[in-house]
Formats: sequence, structure tokens, C-alpha cells
Amino acid sequence: MSSSSENIIIVKNLVKKFGSFVANDHLTFEVKKGEIFGFLGANGAGKTTAIKILCGLSYPTSGELSVAGFDIYSQREKVKRNIGYMSQRFSLYDDLTVFENIRFYGGIYGLRKKEIDSRSHALMQRLGFESARNKLIRDIPLGWKQKLAFSVAILHSPKIVFLDEPTGGVDPVTRRQFWDMIYETSHDGITVFVTTHYMDEAEYCDRVSIMVDGKIAALDTPDNLKLTFGAASMNDVFIKLARG
Amino acid sequence: MKRFRGFVIKEFYHIFRDYRTLLILFGMPAVQLMLFGYVLTNEIKDAKIAICDPSKDEVTRRISDKILSSGYFILEQNLNTVAEVDPVFRKGVVKLALIYEPGFAKKLEKTGKANIQIIADASDPNTANMLVNYASGIISNYLVTMNTEKVPLRIIPEVRMMYNAELKGVYMFVPGLMAMLLMLISALMTSLSITKEKELGTMELLLVSPLRPSQIIVGKVFPYVFLAFIDAVIILVLGRFIFGMPILGSISLLLLESFLFICMALSLGILISNITSSQQVAMMISLVALMLPTILLSGFIFPVENMPVIMQVLCHAMPPKYYITIIKSIMLQGNGIEYVWKETIILIGFTAVFLAISIKKFKRRLT
Amino acid sequence: MPVTSVNVQHLTKRFGETLALDDITFDAGKGELFGFIGPDGAGKTTLFRIMTTLLLPDAGICKVEGYDVVKDYRKIRSICGYMPGKFSLYHDLTVEENLNFFATIFGTTIRENYDLVKEIYQQIEPFKDRKAGKLSGGMKQKLALSCAMIHKPEILFLDEPTTGVDAVSRLEFWEMLKRLKRSGITILVSTPYMDEAGLCDRVALMQNGRIMTINTPRNIIRNYPLSLLSVKAGDIYRLLGDLRKYPDVHSVYPFGQSAHVAFHGPDIEKESLEKFLNKKNHDVVEIMQVEATIEDCFMELMKTPGEVINH
Repeated sequence: MSSSSENIIIVKNLVKKFGSFVANDHLTFEVKKGEIFGFLGANGAGKTTAIKILCGLSYPTSGELSVAGFDIYSQREKVKRNIGYMSQRFSLYDDLTVFENIRFYGGIYGLRKKEIDSRSHALMQRLGFESARNKLIRDIPLGWKQKLAFSVAILHSPKIVFLDEPTGGVDPVTRRQFWDMIYETSHDGITVFVTTHYMDEAEYCDRVSIMVDGKIAALDTPDNLKLTFGAASMNDVFIKLARG
Repeated sequence: MKRFRGFVIKEFYHIFRDYRTLLILFGMPAVQLMLFGYVLTNEIKDAKIAICDPSKDEVTRRISDKILSSGYFILEQNLNTVAEVDPVFRKGVVKLALIYEPGFAKKLEKTGKANIQIIADASDPNTANMLVNYASGIISNYLVTMNTEKVPLRIIPEVRMMYNAELKGVYMFVPGLMAMLLMLISALMTSLSITKEKELGTMELLLVSPLRPSQIIVGKVFPYVFLAFIDAVIILVLGRFIFGMPILGSISLLLLESFLFICMALSLGILISNITSSQQVAMMISLVALMLPTILLSGFIFPVENMPVIMQVLCHAMPPKYYITIIKSIMLQGNGIEYVWKETIILIGFTAVFLAISIKKFKRRLT
Repeated sequence: MPVTSVNVQHLTKRFGETLALDDITFDAGKGELFGFIGPDGAGKTTLFRIMTTLLLPDAGICKVEGYDVVKDYRKIRSICGYMPGKFSLYHDLTVEENLNFFATIFGTTIRENYDLVKEIYQQIEPFKDRKAGKLSGGMKQKLALSCAMIHKPEILFLDEPTTGVDAVSRLEFWEMLKRLKRSGITILVSTPYMDEAGLCDRVALMQNGRIMTINTPRNIIRNYPLSLLSVKAGDIYRLLGDLRKYPDVHSVYPFGQSAHVAFHGPDIEKESLEKFLNKKNHDVVEIMQVEATIEDCFMELMKTPGEVINH
């Protein structure tokens, strides 16, 4: 865990309503700089809604939110500049090459050509992708795609990276290599905000929040959660909480 | 039968729960009819004409009277020589000029034929087209009354326009529109509804069920036969009562031929959905490969006779052309099946071929 | 195995250059709950589509309840229930309309086979007038299973029914499968979640179009060739790096908050490892010998592409 206790995400009484349906019901939590924060919940518990708000993609109904030191209402563009986002569904363009994808995302975040070149070079070297530089994304294995998508999401050195089910469907070895990358990122001071359906992955997180019916039902370190709920694994914690 | 009924009920649920489909199904015919109706039938009244009549005999006078009393034309100027036509047109007031050949009546009596030149200002081609159409119509009418007496006489209106369109009736658009809309609804809608199942993945479940391919196809298509037929009736009713489109022939024959055309379009839709797997592609194919040829190559807007030979050949491969010919014949000329059996057989042929290919190509498995 | 329900021999399928299925051979017994476990791209969906007669194999034999998937595909289609990987029901139809539709096309009615789906369907019946597209992930799954069951199939093919579904719904789903199994129906299920292996009678671990091993989950774990230590320390990131430097270590993988360290041979020197880590300034919380999980086995098998052992 990071030694710094600076809060990079501050959420106070976040409420989001769709008509009469309350998707997020008074969420309050903080995420520290460099922390790996697990954001869990059952399908339909309101995770996606909350992440969209944190990324500046939709406005909350009410509540105070600060992300990467910026106000989510008035400084939306600054928030977006300082976060990275990767989801299983949308990440890379299948019909562009590895390098074209990197250049495209670098361009979006306003990196200069030189920066893009040097960073993509470093990135491909670190991943061992040099040989695949000019290959189309659709021709590289799934595991590579996911690692590349993650690297692209942090290409512009954001303060926070949001990962929405980043490891769905990959083999266990690649999944672990992926988590190695997450650890490294967190070590470099980037906050990692991650959702997953793999409960063992929840245990990799520094702290975990579990949402049930639009509310945060529990938030603590995995160890403490297991202790509190008298459970052997995070899976049991989750099931105890979500089943009510 | 029970399976089939269940299938059809499900299709109707899909249709009635998607307001966009409903809008296309029932909104479009009305909107299109209005659009085409008002764009194509800007009624002509009191168009200014010039007449050059060097012979000034009884026949030319009678023809001129007929034309001027029709309500469509007003005499602006009498011309002495053909050379005056150009300057008159340039002023922009006169839209049409009639030029009789010298010694008109005499020539008509002697040789049985005489020439009238009809010159139109084609800077507005649609209007020019219509004016010429009206004028030559009136002249032919006059001929008919003359012909009752003795040997058939012929007055040959010699039409000269910079614009090469064939002379067409105002009622042309209703048959054309029917062909276009029935094609669109039947082919586009069925190909969309089948590819939607492929996209959703439900086609996998249907294939794994004991339903036969033909059952799946007929089940998917059946509701659209019904809906397209309703559309055909809507267009006919609107055309009849808003635009005064005559229906001289048998209504049941008209509906029967429409039904045949719908079946043809549906089998084409099935064929499209067999070769595509996404709604987007199906839409593109339906619009580009079906709609444009229906509009451009069926004789709906541009007359087939004036196209280059290759295009004419292509036109004959367009099913809507035959349908338009059939319904024009039935509606405007009041003809019965004895006049349109050839076209009908060609449509049946198209349907059979498309259907046969579709059923043969329908995949019992994925890919 | 008493009676075979599915018999697959040397099944091969290519898509262009990719070998989606590479010489697959297995038998699933009648009434067995048989799992195919592997990541995306392992060939699970292709295999399921061949077994449900949706795809033709390039080579090999595949028989379902004695019927050949190529010749007798119509027969198979009337006796199997299938739940494709993607949620494949009509979003614009209600729960009840969906179930009703699938009952009708199989020539039956909800009432006739209500007993079969009762247990599952009852859980979503309160929402029977809701459009299927508006259901939550867990409910969609239950509806899809009900639709696959409504015609009383002899064999069920469930392709990744629990993917993208939360842990609670997954648990409930497996509880349903266990109850279904009691009625004697054969169930073939695929999943990318390794922890679900333990819930099957037998599993095939798949990777890159091949079956790496087939066995009961218990035996797969028993056959794990290495000794395994679970190590826990304050800074897991640094711990993993240092463990990889330890001599004689075969592999190091993070598992939850601890690291699984595999060694060759049965003799494990916990003490010397602890000393090694202490020297590197780790506040070692615990080191203990543990039994392998299916995931450990899977990762080990991925490393050694050896012969398939069929038990």
C-alpha cells in the first residue's frame, strides 16, 4: 500500500436516480493515492452507474465528488484528462495495428509525437511486443490485447486508472501477468480502481467495497472483511453480503 | 400448425413493440405518397403559349381552339415565322410553342398526315414534359373525333425538347410508388427481421429446435405478407381519393397482382438475409441494391426506352418494371388478365427462382 | 462409465488458419455433469456448436445419445437443450412470452412441462410480465435455462452460462444444476472460471483447442506433480519478485493475498525459505504447505503441453 495518505477520489453522499429508481443511494468513500481499490457488487447493484459518474461520463443527481483533485461538476474535462479507462468490451480497434492504436490514444490525450514514439517504444519493449508492432489487433492473442489495452489506458500517465472487468475470459497465467502489471502501476503511484467477477482477484486489492442494491454494504481490506464476516474467502464474504 | 402459429404470434409481438418498424410500415406509405404526389403533380393551369400557323385553315383553327379552351393554355402571342420562336422563349413568359406546317389541312386531306411541331421550354423539364403531354393529348383527342368520318388521318406531333424524357402521365407515380414501397417493406423488413435473429443469437436456438428451415422462413415472412398487403391497400385508397387516381380495371385482379409482387419481394428479402449476417449489411443491400434500381430502372421516373441498350437489358431484369406495367395497365387502361398475363408469368418466375434459391441456401447450421 | 451420452473421437475443426479444435476425444456418461474449463479461445464454443449440430466438424466423430451430429442432426435437435454463450432470448418479449415461444416451437406447452422448470422458473415468475431485456444478469440466466429445459431434453448443453454473472448468481446457478442432475439429465457445461471445476463430476481442462486433461476434479488435484507453499507477506508485489529469485523454485503465482510457490520434489524447506525472505526484509506473515487448486493444475498443464491422459 502507498505510504501517502492523500485521497485521490473523494465521494460524499453520491446519489443517482433514474426516474424513481435509485441506482446509487448515498455512496460515501475515499480512495487513496496509489491504492488498488476493488469495486465489487452483484449485477445491477449500481457499479457501472457509479463508475460512469466517476469518469465524468454522466452527472450525479446529488452529492459531492472530487476525482484526481478536480470537481466532477465544474472541472469535468480536467477529470477526464487525469484518468485512464479500460473495459473488456471497448478497448482497442481491431482493424488498426498495435502501434496505430497507441498513436491514436496518445493523440487523444494530447501527447506530442515524440512522447508517443518514446512511450510506445518503452511500452512495447516492456511487454515484449516489438515483433507485433505492425500487426493488426485482431491477429494478436486475447491475453496480449488485454495487456496492451491496459498499457494504453495508462499511456498518458493518469492519476487514476479505471478497469472494468479487465480480466474476463483470459487464462489464469495471463490473468496473473495482468495483475503483476496492476501491482507495478500502483507501485508507480497510479491509483487503480477495478471491478471484477473473480472473487480471488478481490483479494489482490488493498481495499474492497461491496455494493448491494445501490448502497455500499462493506468497505475494508480483504483481511478485515473476512474477519468481520467470519468467512474463509472473499467469495464467502460476497455471498453473505449479497444474499442478505 | 401450433408451432407455426406460435411463431407468427411472436413475430407480431416484435413488430408491434417496435414503434420504428410500425412507423416505417404505416407512416412511410402516406408520407411518400404525399411527397411524390405534390412534387410530381404541380397542376398546370394557364400556361402561356405561342402559335405559329402559316396555313390558317379550318383544321389548324380547330386544333388551336381545342388547346386554348382546355384551361391549361393561354395564347400569349401569334408568331409569323418559326424564327420568332427563339426570341419569344428567351423572354421567359412563353412555355410552349405550336408550329403547324404550311398547308396543313390540305396536306392532311391529301396524304392523310400532317405535322405539328410542339416546342417546349425545357429549362423546367418536369413542367415542359407535362405541357407537351397535355398538348399532344388534346391533339390526339381531336384526331379521334375526326377519324369517325373516313380514312384514318394522322397528325404527327413532332415534339422537340432539349430534355429527352418520354411523355408521361401524371398518374405514373402511384404505380411506381406502390412498387417502391412494397419492395421496401417486404424485402427490407424481412431481411432485417431475419438478420436480427442472427445478431441476437436466437437463430442458434431456432436452428437447434426441431423447426424446419422452411417453417422458420415462412414463419418470419408471413406477418409481412399481411402488413405489406395492408400497405398496398392504403396506397391505393390514398391515391384514389386524394389524387384522383383512376382504377378502371378489376380491383381484385389488382390486389392479386400486388400480392404476387409482395411474395416476390419477400423472397428477395429472404435471399438477402441468407447472404448477410448483420442488420447493417442487410439494410445497405436492401436500400442500395433494391431501392435505387426500383426507382431508377423500373421506368418509374426515367423511361426505359431512352436508356442505352445495356441499361435497357438491365431494366428488363428488374421485377418492379413488370409490376408497374401490370398495375398501370389495370388501373389506367382497365385491362384484364388477358393483357398482362406475360408480365404476371414473369413475376411468378422471379418469385419461384428467388424462393428456390433462398430455401436451398438457407443454412441448417451456422456458417 | 455405465452408458455413454456423448461420444467424441478425434474431433477437429479449423477456421481458416486457426485450429479451433485439435483432435478432441472424450466420453460423457449418462446423467453426468461434465465441465469444459478454459479461457476464451480454448475452443469451448466451437465444440458446443458441433455437439448441438450447429457446425460441421472437419474430421472426427461426434455422437450425442448415439446419434451422429452430421447424419442425424434432426433427431439430436429434438432431444437436446441448448443455452448459447451470449444471452440469446428475445429482448422485446416478456419472460412468459419467451418461455411460451420456446415451448411452442418444440411442440409442447408451459403447463405440460411446468414441473421440470418449476424450481428455476418460480424464482423469476414474479417478473413474468417484464421484458427479457430488462432482467438482471442472474435472472436472464434463469430464464435462458428455463427455455432450454422446457421441452424436456435428454441432454443439456450450457455454453458459459455463468460468464459475466456475479458470484451469488453463479452459486445459485450451480445449485440449480445440481438439482437438475438429480433428475438424471446429462449436463455438459463450459466455463472460464476455474473455481467452478469442483462442482462438476468430471472436467476437461481446455487450452488452444486442445484438451489438456480429463478427470474428476479430485484426481486432477491429486495428479498435481509439484509441492506447493502458500506464502503471505506485507508487500505482495515485492514478495513475488523476491520469491522468483529463490533457487529451485518452479513457479510463483499470486493467489489472493498470498503467493503460491511450487517446487519439484516432496521435500520443502519452509525454514530456509523463511530465512531467505527475512533476509530480504519481508515481514513474513505465514508460510504453509497447501493443496493445489484446479487453477494451479491448469497453469502447470499450460506449461507442459504433454499427452492427454484420459481416465
